[in-house]
Amino acid sequence: METRFKIKRFNPEKDEKSYWGEYDVEVEPTDRVLDGLHLIKWYQDGTLTLRRSCGHGICGSDAMVINGVNRLACKVLIKDLGKSITVEPMRGFRVIKDLVVDMKGFFEKYRSIKPYLITDTPPPEKERLQSPEERERFDGSTKCILCGACTTACPSFWADKEYVGPAAIVQAHRFLMDSRDEGKKVRLEILGDREGVWRCRTIFNCIEACPRDIDVAGAIADVKRAILFNKS
Amino acid sequence: MKINMEVRNSGREKPRDSRFELYAWLFMRFSGVLLIGLALGHLVIMHLINNVDIIDYDFVAARYATPFWRIYDLILLLLALLHGLNGMRTIVDDYVHPRLWRRVSLSLLYSFGFIFTVVGSYTILAFQPK
Repeated sequence: METRFKIKRFNPEKDEKSYWGEYDVEVEPTDRVLDGLHLIKWYQDGTLTLRRSCGHGICGSDAMVINGVNRLACKVLIKDLGKSITVEPMRGFRVIKDLVVDMKGFFEKYRSIKPYLITDTPPPEKERLQSPEERERFDGSTKCILCGACTTACPSFWADKEYVGPAAIVQAHRFLMDSRDEGKKVRLEILGDREGVWRCRTIFNCIEACPRDIDVAGAIADVKRAILFNKS
Repeated sequence: MKINMEVRNSGREKPRDSRFELYAWLFMRFSGVLLIGLALGHLVIMHLINNVDIIDYDFVAARYATPFWRIYDLILLLLALLHGLNGMRTIVDDYVHPRLWRRVSLSLLYSFGFIFTVVGSYTILAFQPK
């Protein structure tokens, strides 16, 4: 089937502002949007720039706005979108070129919540044990692939670039709810600050955007509760 | 083996360890729930059961003869003002970034909030039926 791709193009070396490039591509209905973008890049216009790595919804590098919604290009089938597909870079980040955005600030915020196990107690003889019930508490947030779809769907983040953002909060949730972690105080201090969880206005865009079906707003609510009752 | 992990500073301001945002958030929840009851009660009494044609000086004087309605109105006034004020503060926080504009908007907001609180409370508390 023939599908028309409308892609927001921007080359900082040439263009003053972005413009829409239109490409007609012959694709299979079961092809993914990523396949369509490949066909354009390989056979029509080699200057089209995008990020992708694994192409199977695991690495999280090809998040973009597809038909107005944040999606992974490798997880959306063309037959679900129809004959006309618009593709834009994620909103709220600086565009480096075409669909590639600057995610430096995003990963800085990710690092700010200290995304690693913090312990004060000496390690036991073998591993730190945990019951299946304790593991269950943060099961959802371990699924995060840091694609940025939730954070760039968040109006609070669009308005305030200093807001730590849903992705970083989900990552913090993964450790806060972990029975083995002992860094709760320092993490909650960061998340309880002005640019932390209180910036969340429960708009729920993050849940719709997440390609891994994480209950992002639920995780944020868990963190709010943890700060409120100072436990987790 | 002790692993010495270097804690990277990500260039963010050190958190101020303030619980203000937490209390502001909690206040919005509780005042919101209370306001539903208070504002609906006000609406039903003043606009559905009675209406502006019936309500006159004598009506208000009779209402304010007992402390109940004064306290009711005072709570409604304070909660509504603070709830609205905090909502506006949040919007300014979200959308007004230049330092000067931020200072101007917040100053105006707090000044008007203060004036309305004083004027409103004075009216409710100092009203003396003739």
